[in-house]
Amino acid sequence: MTVVVMATATGGVLDASVAELLTMAAQLGRPVAVFAGEANHELIADLGRFGAAEVHLVDCPQLAGNLIGAKAALLTERVVDASATVVLVPAGLEGNEVAALVAAKLGAGLITDVTAIRGAGNGVQVDKVVWAGKFTVTAAVKTPVAVFTVKPGSCPAVEAPIEPQVYQAHFSYLPTSVVSEVVQVEPVAASVRPKLAEASVVVSGGRGTDGDFAPVEALADALGGAVGASRAAVDAGYVPSSFQVGQTGKTVSPDLYVALGISGAIQHIAGMRTARQILAVNSDPDAPIHRLADLSVVGDLKQIIPAVVSRLS
Amino acid sequence: MKILVCVKYVPDATDEVSFEEDQTLARTGGSGRLSELDEYAVEQALQLRAELADATVTVLTVGSDDAEIALRKALQMGANDAVLVTDPAIAGSDVFGTATVLASAARSVGEVGLVMCGMSSTDAGIGVLPALLADALGWPLLSQAAALTVDGQSLQIDRVDETGSRTIIAGLPAVVSVTDQSGEPRYPSFKDVLAAKKKQVTKMALADLGVSPDSVGLAAARVEVIATVRNPDRAAGRVIVDDNGSSVDEIVKFLVDATK
Ligand SMILES: Cc1cc2nc3c(=O)[nH]c(=O)nc-3n(C[C@H](O)[C@H](O)[C@H](O)COP(=O)(O)OP(=O)(O)OC[C@H]3O[C@@H](n4cnc5c(N)ncnc54)[C@H](O)[C@@H]3O)c2cc1C
Ligand SMILES: Nc1ncnc2c1ncn2[C@@H]1O[C@H](COP(=O)(O)O)[C@@H](O)[C@H]1O
Repeated sequence: MTVVVMATATGGVLDASVAELLTMAAQLGRPVAVFAGEANHELIADLGRFGAAEVHLVDCPQLAGNLIGAKAALLTERVVDASATVVLVPAGLEGNEVAALVAAKLGAGLITDVTAIRGAGNGVQVDKVVWAGKFTVTAAVKTPVAVFTVKPGSCPAVEAPIEPQVYQAHFSYLPTSVVSEVVQVEPVAASVRPKLAEASVVVSGGRGTDGDFAPVEALADALGGAVGASRAAVDAGYVPSSFQVGQTGKTVSPDLYVALGISGAIQHIAGMRTARQILAVNSDPDAPIHRLADLSVVGDLKQIIPAVVSRLS
Repeated sequence: MKILVCVKYVPDATDEVSFEEDQTLARTGGSGRLSELDEYAVEQALQLRAELADATVTVLTVGSDDAEIALRKALQMGANDAVLVTDPAIAGSDVFGTATVLASAARSVGEVGLVMCGMSSTDAGIGVLPALLADALGWPLLSQAAALTVDGQSLQIDRVDETGSRTIIAGLPAVVSVTDQSGEPRYPSFKDVLAAKKKQVTKMALADLGVSPDSVGLAAARVEVIATVRNPDRAAGRVIVDDNGSSVDEIVKFLVDATK
């Protein structure tokens, strides 16, 4: 059984979630990585390090201008070419849309935001978490080809070094109808901090920071973690929307989640309730976050956090 | 030009939900509502109507009879009229089935220049329907718009996703989905609520749309749910009240243990 993995990179470096997808793919069958765009040697080596038997590098001149449609079309061609029966795509706003269009073109079943994959052949079953984290659904695809988007952090990446066969392919995207056009792009800036969705420690700030994220950032840096935020903090302009954790932001599943000045609305909890350990600092003893944190501190973050940071460093 | 807004009737986020024997979400009438994320799409549609000459806003849902509750809310916000596609054969459809029905409805309600959606439904929450709808209609996709502006016959959006921020342009007709960053939805006034009572909700069945019942519903769904298990609630842990930094020792110990 061949499993196609859509490989993505940020600033030329393979995204950590792709290594996880390759590990999952190797458990199901033979992993084939597809990368759209220019790939450097390190990227190809990383794909091999995590077990990609084949690496398909696809150049597509229309990619920059048509993003989702072009990516879906070129991935579809590779899936057909490799006779793959499972397609794994990193879950996210872009990944889910690309995966849906691939499934539409192939008449394949689609399950998004998968957190676990089991079995092989026709017996592949997946889990996904629904309804603000309250339920886990186990599901299977009824069609010959299955398309899954997989949440980051769903499977620890295991190194399985192999010298991949590398193929160069060219893809000309010829849309059947008019398409949208990207006129300006600002790629995600590389950060010294780990990526929010992949970090093992996340320190988030809410409206309770009053706009001063310095204590949040200092604690994140002391713990080697990522910085997150509630939507109220994003809406108030304290941090960019890419920091948002929750229903309409990112879902995180770190070993440690620290909520500073966050009340714990259901939409926020939906994005962090699967963290292994939660620390909350909130001055309101009745804040809902205190009902779910492993350690809840009723107090002023502005006083407490700088003291904690200086003790940690 | 007709602006068509696709909205979904969903259980309230704070409601307790359960699952039926066939693993579909149990929808016990009454507590459902217009998906909060679709209110943003209705809001943007109303703002576009104000900018465009001769524009009207029609809201469309595929769902049970109860789904009229969601349409009524959108009519109170200011939509001109509404279409409810309801048919027993649709029950249990997956996203491909829903996209098929919505695309047929978009073709049969008259000259639609723009289809607008929320970024994701709050119950299923997968955010792929707008892409499938654009694909089915053969129209350009402008999805996950944090901001949108219309300029003559073209539409421009700002899309922010995990790969970066982009400005994207397409001509009309097009399919757009908007995020919760696009601007807070309005609250209907008492006068709006009264006015909405007189607005028309047209009901349609699959036969009216020329959609074969075999192409939708649980039987046509490409995915089968095997089990639904309730996750254990997180138990509250230790609560301490800080007094002038008294909690610092315990916090440091907790952080060190948690990151070991
Ligand atoms: C459709 C929809 C989607 C949404 N999606 C998301 C989402 O993805 N993510 C998200 O986070 N929210 C989301 N929300 C918003 C959510 O409902 C809440 O409004 C939001 O999470 C509140 O953010 P907050 O906790 O920072 O602010 P608040 O609720 O205002 O809480 C601030 C907290 O800070 C505490 N505080 C104040 N000062 C201090 C201090 N000095 N020290 C310590 N504590 C202090 C206060 O006691 C209070 O509990 C969504 C809402 C809707 C309707
Ligand atoms: N049954 C439905 N009827 C009308 N619109 C829908 C329906 N389901 C989804 N949508 C639209 O598609 C968007 C994305 O939904 P989803 O892909 O289910 O997350 C929603 O915000 C709605 O605008």
